[in-house]
Amino acid sequence: MTLLGEFALWMALLAGLWGAVIGFSGAWRRRPELGTTTIRSAYAVCAAMIVASIALWKGILTHDFNIEYVASYTSRNLPDSYLITAFWAGQKGSLLFWGTVLGIFGALAQALTSRRYRDLMPTVAAVTGTVVVFFVATMLFSANPFERLSFTPADGNGLNPQLQNPGMVIHPPMLYLGYISITIPFAFAIAALLSRRLDSGWIIAIRKWTLLSWFFLSIGITLGMWWAYVELGWGGYWAWDPVENASLLPWLTMTAFLHSVMIQEKRGMLKRWNLGLIIATFMLSIFGTFITRSGVIASVHSFAQSNVGYFFLFFLVLIGVVSFTLLYTRWPDLEPEAKLESVASREAAFLFNNLVLVGIAFSVLWGTLFPILSEAVRGVKITVGPPFFNRVNVPLGILLLALTGIGPLIAWRKSSLANLKRQFIWPVATGVATATTLLVLGMRDGMALLALGLVGFVAGTIWQEFHRGVRARMRMHGEAIPMALVYLVGRNRRRYGGYIVHAGILIYFAAFAGSAFKVTREATLAPGETAEIRSPFGHVYRLTHLGVSQYQALNRFVSAATLQVEIDGRPAGVISSEKRQHVDSFGRKTFEPSTEVGIRSSLREDLYVVYAGSIGGTERANFAISVNPLIWWLWFGGGVLVVGGLITMWPGGGRTATRTIREPVRIPQPAEEAVPA
Amino acid sequence: MKAGHKFFLGATVIVVGVGLLITEGVRSTGVYFFTPTELVARTTQDPSFHDVGLKVGAKVVPGTIRRDDETMQIDFEMSDGVTGVPVRYRGLVPDTFTDANDIEVIVEGKLGRDGIFHATEVLAKCGSRYESELAEAKA
Repeated sequence: MTLLGEFALWMALLAGLWGAVIGFSGAWRRRPELGTTTIRSAYAVCAAMIVASIALWKGILTHDFNIEYVASYTSRNLPDSYLITAFWAGQKGSLLFWGTVLGIFGALAQALTSRRYRDLMPTVAAVTGTVVVFFVATMLFSANPFERLSFTPADGNGLNPQLQNPGMVIHPPMLYLGYISITIPFAFAIAALLSRRLDSGWIIAIRKWTLLSWFFLSIGITLGMWWAYVELGWGGYWAWDPVENASLLPWLTMTAFLHSVMIQEKRGMLKRWNLGLIIATFMLSIFGTFITRSGVIASVHSFAQSNVGYFFLFFLVLIGVVSFTLLYTRWPDLEPEAKLESVASREAAFLFNNLVLVGIAFSVLWGTLFPILSEAVRGVKITVGPPFFNRVNVPLGILLLALTGIGPLIAWRKSSLANLKRQFIWPVATGVATATTLLVLGMRDGMALLALGLVGFVAGTIWQEFHRGVRARMRMHGEAIPMALVYLVGRNRRRYGGYIVHAGILIYFAAFAGSAFKVTREATLAPGETAEIRSPFGHVYRLTHLGVSQYQALNRFVSAATLQVEIDGRPAGVISSEKRQHVDSFGRKTFEPSTEVGIRSSLREDLYVVYAGSIGGTERANFAISVNPLIWWLWFGGGVLVVGGLITMWPGGGRTATRTIREPVRIPQPAEEAVPA
Repeated sequence: MKAGHKFFLGATVIVVGVGLLITEGVRSTGVYFFTPTELVARTTQDPSFHDVGLKVGAKVVPGTIRRDDETMQIDFEMSDGVTGVPVRYRGLVPDTFTDANDIEVIVEGKLGRDGIFHATEVLAKCGSRYESELAEAKA
């Protein structure tokens, strides 16, 4: 199978090269007759990559430990579901996965894009072909997943226990899908630049792709937080580690793009900015892979470090130079078609939102690279950690939150004072009421009050939009509330789906604010002893250590410490946390012991218990206990975001987006085809 | 004032604000990141470094980890291959902090005048141990 796999990789390399060379020279020399063969190369690449992937999966599923990759990441006693996901557990498999998905996306982009953009498609195939060639060449020349060992081990190393988690089954592919699908908008941007077809048409062709990419990246990041929270055992979900930052950076620039693209659609402005954002987003997704794989920045995530990172650095520089040179030479073709007419306009609100998003991205990039920058400039390495990122991003995040409420409410072009008053009075009142209520209830953290007050304000704006829309439909069509709601959302998917996404983001913000009230303690308990911890909501948890039990499970030895939980004296079940020692099928230890956290989740807060080990072989044990407020809402916000994203992307209903506003000032009506931020 | 000017003003406020937040953030939260050799050299040169919280990246010297479960205190020696520095830490360490070879740690804390690095935080990462083992087996 490895022979077939390697052969398929070579075929993909050749097909990709063919697409790149013929496609670019066809675009350069204006030879449209070369388009068909270029486009076919995208399908050939896709087929070859799928064959290569099947070959690796076959090796993993048949336990062919002679393949180095299979021996490194799987073992005979690994559960089947983890066998499938072991495909992307290591660097080489990740590269193959990345290349395969890109091949599939490249083919889908060809198959699904409307015929209106036919003349862009060969160049799109050339760009996706180039990126595939890069990944395949990296594999063939530096990280070949089909490499064989000179001997065949009786069993493999097994999968890192921290990756044996249902969240980890889908977290990496979601992130990868997000990263990879950015390639398609980038390919269209390059195609538009090369062909000088720089009207707003190509932007509409890629809208769904950008949304899709944003959607997967959002899910990937949220699952990453969930995984860190349940698996890493420090009670948090975001540590501002370079690897986490790397996933956030393209998300931020893409979020900016999703907003600023509406200005281009409606008003023909910001063409250069939008191209810049797409190129930056694609570069940041490659940059993310570069810093996680090269080891140039110390990260606690243990990825294999190898010279693969330098392939990425080379590729990154190449993309940057080529893309920005193209952008520069096309600069005069990208004149805006309109001018900003008022700062009290949706354009201005979106522009400010873009600046804040890019500002956040810049500060995160700056903080991540600071050790390298300070060493290069001042000769001494200085690092910044979570305090830096929180200090910078909490105020910026709060500003962004305010703009989230303002943007969708004010009119395009220009808002009158009466209009502003009509739109803002109730949401502002909601926000003030929220903050005041929390203050009266005893909340004293200024930033949290401000953030939650703004959450109230934005929630008010969203509620008002839905309320007015539903009321208008009830009046005009005589529909009942549920039907009116369904039709309202169904007929304006982009707008109301966007509001639902905003609602999801609001819930995230509320959960972030909750983390300001986290409580932690440590305790050493013998069986029968108790420890107490007070929740920020006022009640007291009383934990009684019931003892440590030991048993053997499928691929591990387990010691589990169990504690009885009482809330204000009322029994509330038990919670247990485990130490696991993974073993291979011969009972030999693989990996170091790992910890499974005990979590008791409720709407208000999570009780989070880590069994930190027994003392001198007895059942006396150390525990780290914390109460983490509003964590459940983070995962719930993720769910809301997914629903909103699906509504926004659902096929059909997007045609109206091409309509541009050129007529004079008007006040937006609820049923208007406007688009939310 | 024209809309463009007003917008430009707002944009300047945001850009300058971001710049100030970053510079101020780096100034008040930035910490030195040394190797053990740099740490010892800097501190010998300028004893005020004893009072500065900083980070050190090094490897754990195998076999030097002593754990006192009772007090949750951990003592070990870290080294960059040239200079070794003893470390004392009280609290939970991540699962990846073990006696295995090649454990890289990043410790945060202060180098006390007793010559011991008193850590307030220990982060550990396990390199590509399994991969390198296989690579050796292959060679």
